[in-house]
Amino acid sequence: MSLLEVKNLSLEFRTRSGTVHALQDIDLEIKKGETVGIVGESGSGKSVLSFGILRILDSAAKVTSGSVTFAGMDMLGASERSLQEVRGREISMIFQNPRTALNPIRRIGKQIEDVLATHTSTLREDMKKKAIEALAKVRIPDPERRYSAYPFELSGGQCQRVMIALALACNPQLLIADEPTTGLDVTTQAAILSLISELARERKMATILITHDLAMASEYCDRIIVMHAGHIVETATTADLFNRPRHPYTARLIASTPGPEQSIATLASIPGNLPDLRRNDLPSCRFHARCEKAQDDCVTGPLPSQAVRCLHPL
Amino acid sequence: MNVLDCTGVKKHFTVGKGAVLHAVDDVNFSIRQGESVGLVGESGCGKSTLVRLITRMLDPTDGDIIYRGRNIGFIPARRFAGTQFRPKIQMVFQDPTDSLNPRHTAFDAIAEPVRRLGSVKDLERVVAEAAKMVGLPDELLPRYPHQLSGGQKARVGIARAVVMMPDLLVLDEPTAALDVSVQATILRLLADLKRDLGMSYLFVSHDLNVVRMLCDTVIVMYLGKVVEQGPALELFQRPAHPYTRALVKAIPSIGGRPGEREVLQGEPRSPINPEPTVCRFYGRCPQQRDRCRTEAPLLREIRPGVVAACHFS
Amino acid sequence: MNAATLKHIRYVATENPVTLGAFILFTGFVLLALFGPWIAPYDALASDGAAALKPPSAAHWFGTDSLGRDILSRIVVAAQLDFGIAVSAVAASFAIGSALGSLAGFFGGWADRIIGRIADTIMAFPLFVLAMGIVAALGNTVANIVIATAIINLPFYIRVARAEVNVRRNAGYVEAARLAGNSDLRVLALHVFPNVLPPMMVQISLNMGWAILNAAGLSFIGMGVRPPQAEWGIMVAEGATYIISGEWWVALFPGAVLMLAVFTFNLLGDGLRDIMDPRMRT
Repeated sequence: MSLLEVKNLSLEFRTRSGTVHALQDIDLEIKKGETVGIVGESGSGKSVLSFGILRILDSAAKVTSGSVTFAGMDMLGASERSLQEVRGREISMIFQNPRTALNPIRRIGKQIEDVLATHTSTLREDMKKKAIEALAKVRIPDPERRYSAYPFELSGGQCQRVMIALALACNPQLLIADEPTTGLDVTTQAAILSLISELARERKMATILITHDLAMASEYCDRIIVMHAGHIVETATTADLFNRPRHPYTARLIASTPGPEQSIATLASIPGNLPDLRRNDLPSCRFHARCEKAQDDCVTGPLPSQAVRCLHPL
Repeated sequence: MNVLDCTGVKKHFTVGKGAVLHAVDDVNFSIRQGESVGLVGESGCGKSTLVRLITRMLDPTDGDIIYRGRNIGFIPARRFAGTQFRPKIQMVFQDPTDSLNPRHTAFDAIAEPVRRLGSVKDLERVVAEAAKMVGLPDELLPRYPHQLSGGQKARVGIARAVVMMPDLLVLDEPTAALDVSVQATILRLLADLKRDLGMSYLFVSHDLNVVRMLCDTVIVMYLGKVVEQGPALELFQRPAHPYTRALVKAIPSIGGRPGEREVLQGEPRSPINPEPTVCRFYGRCPQQRDRCRTEAPLLREIRPGVVAACHFS
Repeated sequence: MNAATLKHIRYVATENPVTLGAFILFTGFVLLALFGPWIAPYDALASDGAAALKPPSAAHWFGTDSLGRDILSRIVVAAQLDFGIAVSAVAASFAIGSALGSLAGFFGGWADRIIGRIADTIMAFPLFVLAMGIVAALGNTVANIVIATAIINLPFYIRVARAEVNVRRNAGYVEAARLAGNSDLRVLALHVFPNVLPPMMVQISLNMGWAILNAAGLSFIGMGVRPPQAEWGIMVAEGATYIISGEWWVALFPGAVLMLAVFTFNLLGDGLRDIMDPRMRT
C-alpha cells in the first residue's frame, strides 16, 4: 500500500519574466518504510517537488494538473488547517543549511518543545524530559546542557541533529530530507546519514532523500528517482539504476560522478545547459538538446510514462 | 628552487581573555615547480586560514612563507598588493557568485588585475585571450554575473586568476558549487591550464576523489596541524593516519556500502588553548590509547615519501 | 548611458505605474525648480494691497495672500529655493556621511569608534532643536539652513553606509579585488561602495523629502528664510493665521505642494534603486 502517491503532477511559477514550467507529469509512489532518493542537479525541480507535496510553495506557484495523495488524504485539495496537522506530525522535513533553518534566538530545547506542544498532548511537566530524550536520540553529546544552548553555539553537524530531532519528535510516517548534508564535512555527513537510516529503520519511517550526490543516494536509498529539468527521467531500484541505467541522462550522470576508479580523462561531463523552462516551445524530452541519442521524435513526443521517460532508452 | 616553502607557519587569534585560537599551528610543507598539492581537511582544520596566509591576505603569527627563495611572510598583508609578488600568487574562489562583483561585467572582472598589476596597453586583447584560454565565449564578456550560469561564472573566476600568468595558483574548492555535469569540464580545464602555463597548484578541497584526480601530493590537516602528507595515490590506498583513514572511508561511492565505514564518534577538540601534550585527534580516534594523551605525536616518516603524526601508524 | 541602460529605465518605469508617476512628478518639480521664475504668471514679490486675500479665481488660480501677491507664482518660485536647499543639504550630508560611515564599516577599530562617537554626539540632541541652534548661532541665512540640515542628517548616512559596507566587507569579490592588487582604500571606494549605492539611493530619496520638510519647518518658525522671500514653509506660516478667518487658500496650497513634493521623493526612492541595481536587469 503506498504511503504517498503523486500522479501526473504539473506545476508552474508565474514570474515577471514569464511562466516557469517547473514540474511536468510527475508520477511517483512511496511505500511505507522505504527510502527513496530523488537525485538531480540544480534546476531539476527536486526541491520544488518536495515543497509542492507539503504545499509550502510560494504564492506564485500553481498546480496545473495532477494529484498528491498521502495516506489517503488529498494534499492538493486539503484546507490549510488540515495541512498544518499533517506537517510536522505525519510528514516532516529537514533542510539544507541547518544553522539557518533553526530559529537563532530561541534555545534548541524550547524549539523541540514547540513541536511537541503543537502536535502532541505532552504534559507541561514532561516537556523538558521529552526534549532531552529527543536530543539524546540524535546523539547530541551532553543533552542536558545542550538543552539550553542557542543554535550559534552548536556546530553545523549538531544543528542538523537538532533538526532531525525536531522532525522526528512526533514520529512522522514520512521524512523528507532536502540535501541534509550539503555544507557539512564528509565525516559528519556519514554520521548524519547513518543516523537518519537507523532511526528510519527503527520507526519504519519512509524517507525521501533529495540530493545531487549520486554516490550518497546509492549508499542509502532502496530506490532512486532521477530528475532533469522538471521531469522524472528514470525510476529504478538502486542496484538496477547503477548496473543498467536506461536513460541517457542517468548514464551520463553516473559517468560524471567522481569515483575511486576514475581519472580526469575518463570523467564525463554533460554538454549544454538546462533548457529555459519559461519557453512555450519546449520539446517533449527536455534533455533532447544535450543528448547524443536524440532523434526527431524526441522533440514531438509523446514520451512513455513508465520507469524510463525515453523513446530510445539505452 | 621551490615555488613555495612554508616553515613553522603559525597563526594564532586572540579570542578573549587569555584564550588563543590556534588556527594554524606549526605547518611545514613545500610546493615544487609544476607540482599540484592537495590540501584536505574538514571545517575548522585551518586550511582556509593557511590559504589566506599563503596568498598574503593575512599575516602569520610566526614562521616563514618563502616564495622562490624570497621571504614574503615579512611583507605585511596591507602592503603586499603593491609588490612585484602580487601577480605571482593568485586564487580561484569557491563560490563564483560571491566572488564576482555584482556591478562588474565579466570583462571588468578579468581586466581588473591587468589594470592594477599590468599595463592597460592592449587590455582588450589580453582579456580576450584569457577568456579564450578558459573557454569563455566572447559574447559573454559584457554580461553581469547574474546573467551567467554557474559554469560560466567559474570560468570568469579562473580567467581572472590566470590572466597575469601566476606561478602559484591557489584553488579553494573551485568545483564545490558546481553541478557534477559541469565539474569534469572545469577540472580538465584546470589540468590543461596548469600544463600550458606551467603553474603550480595548491588545491584545497573536501572532495577527496577530485583531489586524487588532480593532485600529485596531498596534505591532510586537522585542527591546525598537518597530520599526514604524501603522494595522492598512496593516501587513498594506504592512509597512514587514523583521521585520513576515517576521511577516506567516509566518502560515499557508487556501489559502496555504508556499513563498512567507521563513523567517528565524539566531538573535535577545541582549537582554543590546545593542550600541547595531547594529540589533537584524541577523543575521536578509534585507535587512541593513553600515550596519545600524554605525548602529542610529531610528524615522522612512515614510508618513503609519506609522513604522518601518529604513534601507531 | 548606453542603449541597454535606457531600455532598462523604460522597463522599470513601465513595470510599475507608481514609479512612473513619481518620475513624472519629479520631472515636473525639477522643471519648476529650474524655470520657475520664468513661467510664473506674476512677479512673486509684487504686492498689490487692493488685491489682498482674494480667493482662487481665473486671474489668480491659487488666490492671493495678505500682501496681494499671487500665491501660485510664489509657490512656483519657491520650488527653486526649497529644492536648492534640499539638494545642497542632502548632497553634503551624503558625501561626508557615507564617506565616514564607509571608513568606519570597512576598517573598524579606532576609526569606527571615533566616527561612532561623532554620530552619537549629534544624535544626542533632538535634531530639529539642534538645527535651530546651529542656525541661531551661525546667523539667519539660507546657507546656514543648508549647513544645519546637513549636519543633523550626518548620522543617518553614517549609519546606513557603515551597515552596508560591513555586510559586504568579507565578500569573495572583496578578497578578489585585493588579489588583483588593489589597496584597501581602493577596494572600499571602487569595489565595495558602488555596491552600497543601490540601497543608499532609496535612503537619499527619502532623505530629500525629509530635507525639504526640515527647511520648511525652520522657515515656518522664522529661522533662515526671511520675508519677502517665497518659500513653502514660510508661506504656510503666513497662511496659518488666516485659516481661522476663513482664507483657507493662503496656507492650503503651499502646504499641499509641499506634501506632494515629499510624497514624490518617497516614491522615487524605490524606482531609483531598481534602476541602479544591475541584478534587477534581465
